Amino acid sequence: MRSLPFLIVSLVVAAIIFMIARTFANDYVFFAGYTVLQFVVLATAWNILGGYTGYVNFGTAAFFALGAYTTVFFHKAYPLPIPVLIVIAAMVSGLVGLGMGYLTLRLRGSFFAIATLALAVVLQTLIVNWDFVGGSRGAYIIRPREVAILGSYIQYLFLIMLLLSVAAIATARTIERSRLGYGFATIRDDELAAEAAGVPTLKLKLIATMISGAFMGMAGAPFPYYIGYLEPASAFGLPYAVNSIAMPMIGGTMSWIGPVIGALLLGTIQQIATVTISSAVNLLLVGVLLVAFVIIAPNGIMGLLKRGRRKT
Amino acid sequence: MLVSYDLVLNALIAGILLGGFYAAVTVGISISFGILDIVNIAHPAFIILGSYIAYIVNAQFGLDPILTSIIVLPIFYLLGAVIYQVYYLSFEKRGQDPLRGLAFFFGLLFITEVLLILVFGVDYRYVSAFYIDKTFHYGVVDIPMRMLIPCLISLLMLAILQIFLSRTFMGRAIMAVAQDQLALRLMAADPVRIKRVAFAISIATAAMAGAFLIVIQPVEPSIGREYIGRVFAICVLGGLGSLPGTLIAAMLLGIAESFTATFYGPSWAPAVSFGILLLTLAFRPAGILGR
Repeated sequence: MRSLPFLIVSLVVAAIIFMIARTFANDYVFFAGYTVLQFVVLATAWNILGGYTGYVNFGTAAFFALGAYTTVFFHKAYPLPIPVLIVIAAMVSGLVGLGMGYLTLRLRGSFFAIATLALAVVLQTLIVNWDFVGGSRGAYIIRPREVAILGSYIQYLFLIMLLLSVAAIATARTIERSRLGYGFATIRDDELAAEAAGVPTLKLKLIATMISGAFMGMAGAPFPYYIGYLEPASAFGLPYAVNSIAMPMIGGTMSWIGPVIGALLLGTIQQIATVTISSAVNLLLVGVLLVAFVIIAPNGIMGLLKRGRRKT
Repeated sequence: MLVSYDLVLNALIAGILLGGFYAAVTVGISISFGILDIVNIAHPAFIILGSYIAYIVNAQFGLDPILTSIIVLPIFYLLGAVIYQVYYLSFEKRGQDPLRGLAFFFGLLFITEVLLILVFGVDYRYVSAFYIDKTFHYGVVDIPMRMLIPCLISLLMLAILQIFLSRTFMGRAIMAVAQDQLALRLMAADPVRIKRVAFAISIATAAMAGAFLIVIQPVEPSIGREYIGRVFAICVLGGLGSLPGTLIAAMLLGIAESFTATFYGPSWAPAVSFGILLLTLAFRPAGILGR
């Protein structure tokens, strides 16, 4: 399928999902759905860099929090509508990704991974020391009760995240089938050979980091309105980093569908586990699944399916 | 701005003591990441595990935390050997891309942290030992014993490791594995076994570092994350796998953090290591004593 028809189909699917969600009288569907969709965006964004080029980003939380704190900043300074905030958040996170990538991507992949880990700690330090956005105390964001046309505000947030998911998935899929995506794949398979064959690897890696970071920031932008109270420890929480790595790894990193499957699966399981068991146990579950999958099924669920098909 | 001489001197000494401790925290990474090229980002989590073991034994039997860590060294050594074996069979042997190895260690880090939270909660834990609240006063200089003792034992540990790596056959083989595995195999040494020993040693050092950590400050499960930036900053700055380099870099970072904490406030200290890491990666990726 070409990109445009795919986009239209995804939008139709999104519209159907939204309509089905509306039939539930309960707002909980939207709250839970928002979290799952947020992970779809984060996992897809992570996979654009991690899955396509093979560079591991442990700093999802940093980019996500950048987006969230962009919103907090503007909420205090000059309130803007969420779609505008999303665009600004994308630019901020994209630029940070670009800057960090420029400093570390010329080296071995592990250096980049380590730098992203450290980035989260440093940005957290900056936010903790920045009183304007709440410092370590956190910031309250009062969300409007109602919004025009849709009624409840959570439905509006859900719709935004749904559209973001479509945008992220469509972008990932388009990249995968473009010259850019083939370039990324050469980096993943053999960077040295790619460089020797004339692939501008650094430029491609920077593009991937920028797109990936931008989407993570976009996922974070509506978050303060969703959560109502944002503090550094939760915005920079390790669960974001773990989930956004675990989901593509479990779903399969080779194509756009992997992270989506992983995010829907793990996201839903976690929503159920958080309610029924406890949130610490569900995080443990994610960690164990991640380790189990990388050891036993390196290509994730998609890899297992492919292997199964070949056998029959 | 007029800066008091006492303040600077005390910050310098505190930095050197802190640096000695950082050297113990980093030496494991210098071996696993620097020498073996295994990006063990879970190392800080094992350090915290070491802290909690020291805490349990201290709370139950009143045993000295550092003595405890020496006793549990063999257990951590075994743990390291097992982890390396899993890592080798699942990633190195299959020739899997390093991406999955990284995800593996990240998963271990996360599992360890969450398990500690599940068992002990997020409260800060501390140990008691006779020297913890004692301080030497020497003129204007204060030397807290809880910093001095970890620093001295850490220096001793580094010296032993350095002698081991440069003088013994196994130590030299470990250094050789970093350079040329094939050549090592031609000398009839099994690179996998040597790497297993080296990795096990690197995890064993985490037991010591964990005890030092809980002597120096109260510990809670997620505190290990603060050390990820530090250990890799020190390891890279020190020149990947050079123990003297690690020590110098640890001292530098300790002093830099101590001055930052003294003059700008402790909440800025975590940013120092990242700044150093980025600058090193950007301008001198080979580190101070790079090969």
